[in-house]
Amino acid sequence: MSKRETDEITGVETTGHEWDGIKELDNPLPRWWLWVFYASVAFALVYWVLMPAWPGINGYTKGIRGHSDRAQVAQQLETLREVRGEGAARLTNATLQEIEADPALQQYAMAVGQSVFGDNCATCHGVGGGGAKGYPNLLDDIWLWDGSLDGIHHTLQVGIRSGEPGARFSQMPAFGRDQLLTSAQINDLTDLVLVMSGQDGDRAAADRARPIYAEQCVSCHGVTGLGDPAQGAPNLTDAEWLYGDSREEIRTQIWAGRNGVMPAWAGRFDDETLKALAVYVHANAGGR
Amino acid sequence: MTVVIDRTKPPEGDPAPKGPKSAAARARGQGDAGGGLYKPRAQIYPKLVQGRWRNIKWLLLVLTLAVYYITPWIRWDRPGDLPDQAVLVDFAGRRFYFFFIQLWPQEVYFITGLLVIAALALFLTSALFGRLWCGYACPQTVWTDLYIYIERMFEGDRNARMKLDAAPMSVNKAWRKGGKHATWLAVAFGTGGAWIFYFHDAPSLLRGFWIGQAPMTAYVSCAILTFTTYILAGTMREQVCIYMCPWPRIQGAMLDQHSLQVTYRFDRGEPRGPHKKGATWEGRGDCIDCNACVVVCPMGIDIRNGSQLECINCGLCVDACDEIMVKIDKPKGLIAYDTDSAVAARACGETPTYKLVRPRTLYYAGALALVGGLTLWGLSTRSPIDVHVLRDRNPTFVRMQDGDVRNGYTLKIANRTFEPMTAQVAFSGVTGVQIKTPGVEITQGPATLVVEPNQVRTVRVFVTAPREALPQANMPATFTVKAAGATQAVETTFLSGAANAR
Repeated sequence: MSKRETDEITGVETTGHEWDGIKELDNPLPRWWLWVFYASVAFALVYWVLMPAWPGINGYTKGIRGHSDRAQVAQQLETLREVRGEGAARLTNATLQEIEADPALQQYAMAVGQSVFGDNCATCHGVGGGGAKGYPNLLDDIWLWDGSLDGIHHTLQVGIRSGEPGARFSQMPAFGRDQLLTSAQINDLTDLVLVMSGQDGDRAAADRARPIYAEQCVSCHGVTGLGDPAQGAPNLTDAEWLYGDSREEIRTQIWAGRNGVMPAWAGRFDDETLKALAVYVHANAGGR
Repeated sequence: MTVVIDRTKPPEGDPAPKGPKSAAARARGQGDAGGGLYKPRAQIYPKLVQGRWRNIKWLLLVLTLAVYYITPWIRWDRPGDLPDQAVLVDFAGRRFYFFFIQLWPQEVYFITGLLVIAALALFLTSALFGRLWCGYACPQTVWTDLYIYIERMFEGDRNARMKLDAAPMSVNKAWRKGGKHATWLAVAFGTGGAWIFYFHDAPSLLRGFWIGQAPMTAYVSCAILTFTTYILAGTMREQVCIYMCPWPRIQGAMLDQHSLQVTYRFDRGEPRGPHKKGATWEGRGDCIDCNACVVVCPMGIDIRNGSQLECINCGLCVDACDEIMVKIDKPKGLIAYDTDSAVAARACGETPTYKLVRPRTLYYAGALALVGGLTLWGLSTRSPIDVHVLRDRNPTFVRMQDGDVRNGYTLKIANRTFEPMTAQVAFSGVTGVQIKTPGVEITQGPATLVVEPNQVRTVRVFVTAPREALPQANMPATFTVKAAGATQAVETTFLSGAANAR
């Protein structure tokens, strides 16, 4: 049981609590602290009236200022759209070629494009556009599909194997999995592809595969293996390999025929953003 | 409840106070005895004084205030849309303009140089002549002086002010006090108001300020400076120097016995005591203990106690004492700018010597010359261009269809001049390269770019090198940018993965 008493030395009342002979003084709260506390209470009362504060069963007290973070964000987005309106209008009204020819407009488009690319494209194509296995490198001068400014713009709009109407579409058959060719034939074809691209391959096996190539591959990849950007068929003679250049990886691609997908962006971005993105990708690409 | 376990004991013989009392309150109560943490401030009523140093102080007050208020209004013609204000700290545009000098944020080392020069100049001045800065040029001193002048206008000189403060509230006291504070606030507002002109175009800001269209920072800065000026110069005064300013503590390291300071020549003054007219001067000093030096002191100290931390070396006591010395027909200079060593020499009957050249003054002067020279040299050889090269990191290189290798770089070319600039960007280190920048035709030689005045142009530069030109995976390379009569070479590398190439 606690007993309040006055401490002789300081003249301050104790709380009556005692631990091993040590007693606690009951000093008053510092006045500044009390004032801050009262001020906080007063502030809270005013705040409840002015701002959204108390949760209810259906919603919450709105406060007489009618403040809403959501509405504020919407307002800010609207303001942002207005700020960007001028630049966006210039992009809308110019053709892709005009944008590229006008340094100021191009710089604007590049800035828009870079930001959009980072948010949407970098996931697959890499931050710098360098691509990854199965995702094309956008910086070199090798294009599976049309690498011109208009071609890039079109690819962005419709996508590749995206399922959208008019999408760019090509299909590498799964020759092994679907039992179109035998395992031995695929081995020979692999050697042929290696030889065509200037790598070490078994020449005898390659020769054995030539008739098969002529029958199965020529329609897309061409007689000499140069590919066909009109159909999205890769060049088999260069050093660029979407799924890897090793014997194992080439064989896997003939066997299983992987076909990557790029989404169509026409519905997701407005016209000026798509244009800016096309200009950005084209400017960073090596030619074409 | 907050609980404070209090182990402080009251001084012996002091009866225990009645009722609860906080530790702070107790310490405050003991302040006068010197045992507590708090020392109550004694109001200082500096008396007006006439004389040489007071006149110099008035002159410097007008001069420094004039510099402060007029500087932002000086115009300086710069081409195009660039600001026409001679001295402007343009935060929005990220530039600092000072007449013909214009600095970019990257060149903040010039500001560092300036600050080091200022510090060393202060060191040197202190070592030679004591705290001249404190006594004459420090804003705290200048504004306090101005505020005391205003106070005197409304409330009269020392005695009148003391009487007024002791008197009960009356209409007379109310209007005098009210007028003083209103004028103080007006001056404070003028101080804060002038400050913001250094950061925006002064004429347009002046207009915008009154119609509520100035930036929020202008209003906030003005309010803060109004408040601090009013508080620091109006109510805190000498406490700023004694408790807030670090300089009085640092300057002890700069001063020695040869530094000039306001000095009471005790060899001549002591023993002091009141003197009746016609009485003999035999066996006593010249100090008649009239306290004239004490009542004029804005710091509220007695200079006869020797040099002390609180003394700002303003020399007002020199003037006050000289006035008295003339009246009692004694030579001036009982209190004067003098050195400790001179006073000590005179006390021993020797001829005082004054040494301006001492190791410490040499060090300070040498360091000052060095830093000042470096800063000047840096300013005079400042390049009109600044080039930075950022290599693409992802991917580090791109192999083209024909086996060529392409590296991407981002160049930032700063045009620090006020004219449009044509920059020639050349690449060396790898032979046979092609340079391409978006929007510019592919070239074999240097690429030509136009950089707008006072701007940085960020440009992507693609360098494509033939496979044969790449014997190693990592080739040292150099971008050389020529523009506005200046050349800057920036080293970088050309990566090709050649070591791994087939």
